[in-house]
Amino acid sequence: MDAAGATGEHVTWRTPDRRLLTLRRLEVAGGTVLAAVAAGLLLGVVVAAWAGVAAAVAAVVVGLVVERVLGRRFSAWGYAEREDDLLVRRGVLVYRLSVVPYGRMQYIDVRAGPFERSFGLATVHMHTAAAASDARIPGLTREEAARLRDRLAELGESRAAGL
Amino acid sequence: MTDTPWQRLHPLSPVVRGGRGTIAIVIVLLPALFRGDRTPIEVYIQIGVVALLMVLGFVSWLVTRWRIADDDVLIETGLIRRRSLRFPLSQLQSVDVVRPGLARLFRVAELRLRMGGSTGNTGRLAYLPEAEVEPLRERLLALARGATPASSAATVAPTPVESNLLVVPTRRLVASILVSDVGLFAEAVTVALIVTAVLSTSAAESVIRGGLVWIIGVATLVWRRFNQEYHLTVAESPDGLRVHSGLIALTAETIRPGRVQAVRMVEPMLWRQFGWCRLEVDVAGHQRSKGEGQAQRGRLRTVLPVGSRALAEELLERLVPDRPVVDSPPPQRARWKSPLRYRMLRAGRNSTCVVTTSGRLRRVTCWVPLEKAQSFREVQGPLQRRLQLATVHVDTVGRGVRAVLRDRDLEEVDRVLAELPVLARAARRRYAAEPAAIVASRPGA
Repeated sequence: MDAAGATGEHVTWRTPDRRLLTLRRLEVAGGTVLAAVAAGLLLGVVVAAWAGVAAAVAAVVVGLVVERVLGRRFSAWGYAEREDDLLVRRGVLVYRLSVVPYGRMQYIDVRAGPFERSFGLATVHMHTAAAASDARIPGLTREEAARLRDRLAELGESRAAGL
Repeated sequence: MTDTPWQRLHPLSPVVRGGRGTIAIVIVLLPALFRGDRTPIEVYIQIGVVALLMVLGFVSWLVTRWRIADDDVLIETGLIRRRSLRFPLSQLQSVDVVRPGLARLFRVAELRLRMGGSTGNTGRLAYLPEAEVEPLRERLLALARGATPASSAATVAPTPVESNLLVVPTRRLVASILVSDVGLFAEAVTVALIVTAVLSTSAAESVIRGGLVWIIGVATLVWRRFNQEYHLTVAESPDGLRVHSGLIALTAETIRPGRVQAVRMVEPMLWRQFGWCRLEVDVAGHQRSKGEGQAQRGRLRTVLPVGSRALAEELLERLVPDRPVVDSPPPQRARWKSPLRYRMLRAGRNSTCVVTTSGRLRRVTCWVPLEKAQSFREVQGPLQRRLQLATVHVDTVGRGVRAVLRDRDLEEVDRVLAELPVLARAARRRYAAEPAAIVASRPGA
């Protein structure tokens, strides 16, 4: 699964900020605790105390498994700016690599949810005229997101092509 | 200048736009008026409702106006919520003429401006007098081609010569619908109904009563298909391919050279023994049609509802002049991942175009000109990783057709992903330099 091989040449992959991994870990931890408490209470009250404990334990186990995968998922993310196009790769189970020519980008938008914002992170979305090709890069620092957005917009303008 | 003063639509537009509603009102009201068994109040109420509708229609006609200004078509409409629409002609993908049954009765026609862009909208001028539509269409297309205002007046004069390429015979159309998916379903329903009726009339009655909506739905589907594709004619004109079709509602569409995003050929299983296929073209721009004059829905336009491969090849020659051969199958081990469609999977490419075939029961062949490719994607699922395979998608505008090189060898995927973006860039440059040249340079033109 050598992604750089697909490009045939040397490309330097950039990765999202480490804080994204921390954010994702916290998200999973929070979700696990919520799920464990909810499942435990529900089953504990409706069925029996032992069922509640079992459900809570099951939720925690699932959370731990997801946590193990997070690191690999995080390191699967990558993007590279080449001369004429942007490469974005992601995915562990299903690996995806997108090649989006700068001239084909219709608009770029930078989004940051409340959790991302509190970590100083943002997600950059690249939109082309094709519905299927929409690529995104999460977990960029605010400065990097702004830099990428401006650079992509600038390159897109100079290389824009009609439909 | 090319500017025209503000103009109104044809005064009968609201009536025609009412479509089925108008017909229903006439059918309901006429007998009611002549029958004396109604109380006067009921009649007054009915007349009042009709009068109100007529006033509303009149107002909507009154506040709607349009004009050509510089390189834009401007449409203003709405009384309370005023809307001003601007359609830049430089983004014009094509101009369609649609004439529903009622419009033909009143000798009016609708002009549809199909715009490009991901939010591609459709400008509707409904309705204009029939005599004005054709000159206006040519004028808009001339302006869109970038004709100078002075010369555009001159280009209006000569009517372009159209040479017919093909006419779809009605018999073949009927036969093809009968063995299509919709047709087979309709036949199954009919046969089932007849059998039930023979066995027990009361049972058939209750079945009809229960499933009336479904029966009507299926009948509508079959009818719509027949109505749309009846007597479909493809002609070659200087503006591109002209497609006329329709039994009651007539449509005339233009496929401009260099505006073809992708071409798709479908060969359903049952058609293959007749050697038939169906050819559809993906053109940028959505089409949201309502009312009676429903031209084809969706973005794909049928240029050949049913025809032989040779006929399809002839049209393809015009749509995608430089076509690669579809020959390379995926490696044998892809059978494990796609057992049903393995024998359908083929791909081919050259420096201007990518072609792929796929499908389980029916075979679908997609051609995507590289200058229209929006992005390239490699996707590899867990099973594909085991088998050292991956899939490459060549995305085109919107959600219509896209070429998918499914289950290819990893080495080939790497090569494809390295080469295609470069080829696409070169194709885009060529296209930007001379959009029409790509199509005009076809052999024999």
